Amino acid sequence: MFGFGILTGLIVLPLVGAAFILVQRGEDQATLGNIRWAALSTTIITFLLSLWAWKLFDPATASFQLVEQKAWLGSTIIYKLGVDGISMPFVLLTTFLMPFCILASWETITTRVKEYMIAFLVLETLMIGVFCALDLVLFYLFFEGGLIPMFLIIGIWGGKRRIYASFKFFLYTLLGSLLMLLAIMAMYGVAGTTDITVLLKTNFPSSMQKWLWLAFFASFAVKMPMWPVHTWLPDAHVEAPTAGSVILAGILLKMGGYGFIRFSLPMFPEASQYFAPMVWGLSVVAIIYTSLVALVQEDMKKLIAYSSVAHMGFVTMGLFAMNQQGVQGAVFQMVSHGLVSGALFLCVGVVYDRMHTRDIAAYGGLVKRMPLYAVALMVFTMANVGLPGTSGFVGEFLTLIGAFKANTWVAFFATTGVILSAAYALYLYRRIIFGVLEKQNLKNIADLTPREIVLLAPLLVLTIYYGVNPGPILDACAASVQGLIRSYDAALAATKTAALLLN
Amino acid sequence: MTPLSFAFAHSLPEIFLAVGALALLMLGVFKSGGRDWIISEAAIVILGVALLSMFVESGDKAVVYDDAFIDDAFGRFMKALALGGALISLLLSREFMARENIDFFEFPVLVLLATLGMLMLISAHNLIALYLGLELMSLALYVIAAFHRNNVRASEAGLKYFVLGALSSGMLLYGSSLIYGFAGTVSFPGIAVALKGNVQIGVIFGLVFVMAGLAFKMSVVPFHMWTPDVYEGAPTPVTAFFASAAKMAAVAVTVRIIVTAFPGIETQWRQIIVFMSILSMAIGAFAAIGQTNIKRLMAYSSIGHMGFALVGLAAGTEKGVNGVLMYMAIYLVMTLGTFAAILSMRTGGRYVESIQDLAGLSRSRKGMAFFLSMMMLSLAGIPPLAGFFAKWYAFVAAIDAGLYPLAVIGMLCSVVACFYYLRIVKIIYLDEPAAPFESVSREVTAVMMVAGLAVVLFWVFPGPLVSAASAAAKSLFQ
Repeated sequence: MFGFGILTGLIVLPLVGAAFILVQRGEDQATLGNIRWAALSTTIITFLLSLWAWKLFDPATASFQLVEQKAWLGSTIIYKLGVDGISMPFVLLTTFLMPFCILASWETITTRVKEYMIAFLVLETLMIGVFCALDLVLFYLFFEGGLIPMFLIIGIWGGKRRIYASFKFFLYTLLGSLLMLLAIMAMYGVAGTTDITVLLKTNFPSSMQKWLWLAFFASFAVKMPMWPVHTWLPDAHVEAPTAGSVILAGILLKMGGYGFIRFSLPMFPEASQYFAPMVWGLSVVAIIYTSLVALVQEDMKKLIAYSSVAHMGFVTMGLFAMNQQGVQGAVFQMVSHGLVSGALFLCVGVVYDRMHTRDIAAYGGLVKRMPLYAVALMVFTMANVGLPGTSGFVGEFLTLIGAFKANTWVAFFATTGVILSAAYALYLYRRIIFGVLEKQNLKNIADLTPREIVLLAPLLVLTIYYGVNPGPILDACAASVQGLIRSYDAALAATKTAALLLN
Repeated sequence: MTPLSFAFAHSLPEIFLAVGALALLMLGVFKSGGRDWIISEAAIVILGVALLSMFVESGDKAVVYDDAFIDDAFGRFMKALALGGALISLLLSREFMARENIDFFEFPVLVLLATLGMLMLISAHNLIALYLGLELMSLALYVIAAFHRNNVRASEAGLKYFVLGALSSGMLLYGSSLIYGFAGTVSFPGIAVALKGNVQIGVIFGLVFVMAGLAFKMSVVPFHMWTPDVYEGAPTPVTAFFASAAKMAAVAVTVRIIVTAFPGIETQWRQIIVFMSILSMAIGAFAAIGQTNIKRLMAYSSIGHMGFALVGLAAGTEKGVNGVLMYMAIYLVMTLGTFAAILSMRTGGRYVESIQDLAGLSRSRKGMAFFLSMMMLSLAGIPPLAGFFAKWYAFVAAIDAGLYPLAVIGMLCSVVACFYYLRIVKIIYLDEPAAPFESVSREVTAVMMVAGLAVVLFWVFPGPLVSAASAAAKSLFQ
């Protein structure tokens, strides 16, 4: 339509919904209902549209598809969109999770509903844009623009220390991103364009690669987040409203990993190889250290936040192993973690809505009053641990194989993280669900409402489905990952030959 | 020698403005009462016509009036900005002046005269014309800074501005005379020719003094001391005028003199620009954190922004000039929008200026809260708002010229600066509501909305500005 393709449609659609909500007037229940339904239907239509894009998508080729291109800032910085096997799963993940976020806020958000829904829809636009952008400036625009709605979501509808958390979130990520912005400018200077497809073929001088790599790393490592720059995440998670946590864990964290696959690895292969040991080291520290930290948390959300950091450690480890298993495993792990951690935060939201506390100590023996909830939480906890048969297993296992092929010791230490994750997750589960139901105020707690069942059931089904049949995601990204690794190896071989020739 | 009609044709906006200002002065004097009658409307029309004339294609560049005056795409671009700033400031002033009982007819006339000085400054092609334009602008500005003459703070602001401004003019003159003495000419291209491969210490001194004088007008560290006091003390529309139009002219002439007169001593002027740029960004970022008055905060913010604009100039290339032009154009919109919002801050029948007065604005005035927040985030340079693109073009040029430390320091400063912009957003959206603001005139609201939409939606249709700026930058190097 108007010379634009389906990806533009995906980006614009949430904005249309937001505009519709914007013109709604009044504070009465009917208007609020309209606003909620408008937001929900917008996100569902967007999801359906993304399914259609998925149908048009051909997973057999590594090249970019559904490409559209328009002049934007002059002729060198262009409006260019497209997806390949690596970005397509993330687009789907985004559009899939959004209706859940709206549903999760259905009853809990009662103040400034209109602004809330608009913030979420704008955020959806920006997140889809990140994964579709094929121009570096456009990518940066979406990547960084997401800070504004997220800042407001945490700051307005967050918990007690929301202002501290929102500032920390904003400034932390901004600092990393601005360094990346400088690197983008330097790349623009070398290549004369910010078209990602051109940049992927550009050979940056090796001395420059290291600096560029570090600048991109500064941004993505904060976003991932990797140890030691992860400290904003627990604060942001704890203070954010439930849906905000879901988005944060489900999608915003994935932008870091996506950035590594899209930019750092293919554009700076030499630097990636050079810095890979450092990334492995940081990943292993993240896996072990944050798992230990998670073990002693008293706040449910904080515990899951730390476990997210540990799981992202598996992702970075797999990515920088730079082999088929490692990278595919990392993509799978990100998608799976998006589903599982999102679901876990929704589960926390379920009990938080009832008891208004996230203290683990405030719960116990819930299985007696909430059997359905106990089942759902169990499945997601097991997926978080990486139990075979759940989606969590596939990602962890593949990244560990990838790491094992690249460096045995890394795999060895990372595997201890699997044991630790079992420890903290099961410990959490035992303290909340089992034990004696002795706390007075828990005696009347109600089990899942129909809305909450609708919320959790699809996630539960997908978690198990992808655990048993990981094919759809792995096949989707296989060709693109193969292409990525082939060009990576070719680039390294070329520099090696050049170095030999010099000698 | 070009025919006079040719010269007139190329300076038509200036002539029109001069004649218009004098006619309005006559009208004001002979019309009894001393109050603003239709004078401000007429002044707005005059500025509007002059602004429209900037969009008329007038062919290539032309140097007229014995090498004193140049008409080129660069000049037209900056003049359009200056005229736009003046026009909007005047539009914003009408309600304020009436409410504060200072709606005398002299104000629009003085704004016209100051704007005329700005246009001459932008078109200056030798040192004499530069000084004339600068003084015409400054003298009018001194008066309107103290226009609220029964107000102690305004009088203090005017006096401070006058004393320090006179000092800076003196420095500029001294530097000009040194340059003339060593180069033997006042013409910018003539100076460039004379300096080629023949750099004497006296010229460097001259350069330093000229830069100091211009830095004062741009309010760049270390010549920024007047800015917070004058911004705070002067009537708010006047502050808007200082922050918008006056800045455009000062930056334009600095760019022009550096590019056309001093290409031969690039190392020397670059040191000065980089030094001023880093200090401005740092002071602008750190000193603003503790401010409680929003006009003072905007003063420090403008100091910081001039530092960012100079990042582009430090490159000294066509790309760099392009960066400065983009920066100034976008900064103009942001600053006018912000001042329109400040002029909407009225409770209990008077204008308030404390940042805390904005508390909880998002409950009482949703539109204003949104636009002001977007303006703040845009000033902080967060994409997809316009301020991001301004930073992009300025820093691209610096990176291109290999000024990596400058660019890194600039980015770090912008993170610090982001803190205080965010603080305003926090006060607007996150704090408990303070007293709601009274409604203000439609003009002020319209300016705020238009500027807000321009800032938010710039990314949708950036093409025209980008191509205009790059054409303007190109014309400077031909």
